[in-house]
Amino acid sequence: MFELLGIPPQALLGQLLLGLINGSFYAVLSLGLAVIFGLLNIINFAHGALYMMGAFVAWMLLNYAGIGYWPALILAPLIVGVFGIVLERLMLSRLYHLDHLYGLLLTFGLALIIQGLFRNYYGISGLPYRIPDALSGGYNLGFMFLPKYRGWVVVASLVVCFGTWFMIEKTRLGAYLRAATENPVLVGAFGVNVPLMIMLTYGFGVALAGFAGVLAAPIYSVNPNMGADLIIVVFAVVVIGGMGSIMGAILTGYFLGLIEGLTRVFYPEGSAVVIFVIMAIVLLFKPEGLFGRAA
Amino acid sequence: MLRKLALGTALGALAAGGALAQDIDVKLGVLNDRSGVYADIAGEGSVVATRMAVEDFKAAEKGLNVEVISADHQNKPDVGSNIARQWYDQDGVNAIVDVPTSSVALAVAQITADKNGVFLASGPGSTELTREQCKPTTIHWTYDTAALANGTGKAVTEAGGKKWFFLTADYAFGHSLEENTSNVVKESGGEVVGSVDVPFPATDFSSFLLQAQSSGADVIGLANAGGDTINAIKQASEFGITQAGQKLAGLLIFINDIHALGAQTAQGLQMTSAFYWDTDDETRDWSARFEEQMNKKPSMVHAGVYSAVMHYLGAVEATGGTDGDQIAAWMKENPYEDALMGQVQVRGDGRAVHDMYLFEVKTPDESEGEWDLLKKVSTIPGDQAFLPMLDECDFTKE
Repeated sequence: MFELLGIPPQALLGQLLLGLINGSFYAVLSLGLAVIFGLLNIINFAHGALYMMGAFVAWMLLNYAGIGYWPALILAPLIVGVFGIVLERLMLSRLYHLDHLYGLLLTFGLALIIQGLFRNYYGISGLPYRIPDALSGGYNLGFMFLPKYRGWVVVASLVVCFGTWFMIEKTRLGAYLRAATENPVLVGAFGVNVPLMIMLTYGFGVALAGFAGVLAAPIYSVNPNMGADLIIVVFAVVVIGGMGSIMGAILTGYFLGLIEGLTRVFYPEGSAVVIFVIMAIVLLFKPEGLFGRAA
Repeated sequence: MLRKLALGTALGALAAGGALAQDIDVKLGVLNDRSGVYADIAGEGSVVATRMAVEDFKAAEKGLNVEVISADHQNKPDVGSNIARQWYDQDGVNAIVDVPTSSVALAVAQITADKNGVFLASGPGSTELTREQCKPTTIHWTYDTAALANGTGKAVTEAGGKKWFFLTADYAFGHSLEENTSNVVKESGGEVVGSVDVPFPATDFSSFLLQAQSSGADVIGLANAGGDTINAIKQASEFGITQAGQKLAGLLIFINDIHALGAQTAQGLQMTSAFYWDTDDETRDWSARFEEQMNKKPSMVHAGVYSAVMHYLGAVEATGGTDGDQIAAWMKENPYEDALMGQVQVRGDGRAVHDMYLFEVKTPDESEGEWDLLKKVSTIPGDQAFLPMLDECDFTKE
C-alpha cells in the first residue's frame, strides 16, 4: 500500500470522512446565516446562541416532557424558529433601514444575553443527551469505525441543505423571496405580503440553526458555550463562500470540513486556524468570496 | 505594636458589650471564573463554600467580622491581577481565595506576596505554585497536576496500561499535565508511544481519537480539562474506541464533568480527587447544605475552599491579626483536620498535604441517583501524592 507523507491511506480516508461530518455542521449553520444575510441583509450573530438553544430545547423536551430525539428533531427547530420570529418582530424589524452594523450589534448582544441566561440556569459543564437507540452502534468500514449517528448527520444535513437550496433557487416561493429582497416595494405592489415573508425567512434560517443544534446534542456537550465556540468558524465559512450565496455556503461548509480534517492529520496544532488562513487568502484574491458575485 | 493591639482589643471588647475577647475585621476575596469553562467547578459555589466556612467557624461569636466579596477573573491573568491589586490596595482584602486557571493563580500569588496577604489556592493545578514560583504567602490547598498524575497515571499503568498516547490541550496546563503524567508512567514501567497537541478549546476530537487508536496504545491519556475532556470521552465512546479495548484516562476530571457525561458514557473511567460528596455522613450533610444553595453537588475545589478558609480563620483567631506572613506561618505550623479533606498538614512551601483518592465511575446499574457516580478504588497517602518539597521553597526554616 502506498503512503502519503507517512500517513497510511486507510487513516487518510477515515480523516476525510470525519472532515465531511464536521463539514455537515458548518454547512447547515452557514446555510442559515447565508439565507438570513442574503434575504434580510442581517448579519445574524445570534446564530450560535440559537444553535445552542436547539440543543437545549431538545434536552428540555426529553427531560421535562419525555419527548425523544425524533420528535425533537422537528419540534426543537420549530420552537427555536418561533423564538426567532419573536425576535425579528420585536427588534430586528426596526433595523432594516439602518446600516448592517446595527443588526450585527443587536444580534451580538442578544447572543450574549441568551448564553448568559442558559449559563445561569444550567451551568457551564453541559448536560448529557443520549444517542437514540436506533442510531447507536456503528459500521466497521475496514479503514475506520463509522458510528451510525455520524452517518445520519451527513445524510440529514445533505437533505436539508439541498432541499433549502432547491426551495430558494428553483421554486416560485423562492423566486418571490429573491424578488422581495431586490425590490420589496414592487413585490409588495403585486400583492405579496413582504414583511410576512421576511419574518418567516428569518424564522426558517433560525430554525436551521436549531436543527443543527439537535443534530449536535448527542455528540457534543450540550452547554451554553457550544454555539459561541462554533459561530466564528461558521462566519469564516460564509465569508469564504461569499456572503449571501446559498450554494456557496453549502459547498464551502463541506469543503472546509475536509480541509480541517486533513490539517488534523498533518499538522494538528494548526487545525484551529487553517480556516482563518484560507479566509485571509480568499479575501486577498477574491474579496467577494469563492461563490459570491462582485457587488 | 503590642500596646496598639491591646488598645484595639480593649476597644473592640468595649464595643461588643464586653462579651468578646477580640474584634478583628477580616475580608476574604473569592476570585475565580464565574462565567467560563470553570464556572461550575469553582464559580459561585466557592463563594457559598467560603460563607459556609465563616458560618461554621462561628466567626462572629469569636469576634471576627468576616466579609466575603467575589469577582470574575475570566481566566485572564491581566484581569485577575488588576482585581487582586485593587482588592489589596483599596478594598482592604486580607486573603484571596480559590483562583482556578494556573496562569491567573501564578499572577495572584506574586501580588499576594508583595502585599502581604494570604493566597488560599484551591482551583489551580500547576505545581509551579509551590515550586518554581513558590511564595511564603501561598497556600496551595486542594490538588496539583503531580497529585493527579500520581493518582490516575500510576494506577492505570500499574493495572496493565503500559503504552500511553496523550491528547494534550495545547497550552501551559495541558503540557505540564502531560509531562507530569509521562514521568509517572515511565517510573511505573510504562512507555509513551505518542501524543497530539489539540488546539484549545476544541469540540471535535474524532480525528485525534482515531490517531490515538491507530497508535496501538493501551491507554489514551486526556491531558485537558472541562468541556474538552467531556467531548473527548463522549466521542471515544461513540467511535467504539473504549469498546475495542483501549482505555481512557482522564487526568483532570471533576464530579461536574462526570455528571455532564452521565454514567452510561463515563462508566469505568478512573479519576483522582481530593473529595467526593458521598464518602460518609459528614460529607453528605455538608454537601446537602451546599446543594440547597447551589442546586448541585460540590466539587473538590469547593470542599477545598471550605477547609482552607476554616484553617485560615483559625490562624486569624490564634494570631489575633491578619498579617500575611504570620498567618501563613501559623497555618504551616498547625495541622488541620475536618471531614472533607481529612488530616491536612501545610508544608513549608505552602503545599497542603492530605490524602488523595482514586475513584472509578459507576456503571448505570450501580448508580442510584443523578449524582451517585463514583466509587473509591484506593487511597493515595499524602506523602506519595505530592512532589517532594524543594529546599529553596521551605519558608519555615530561617
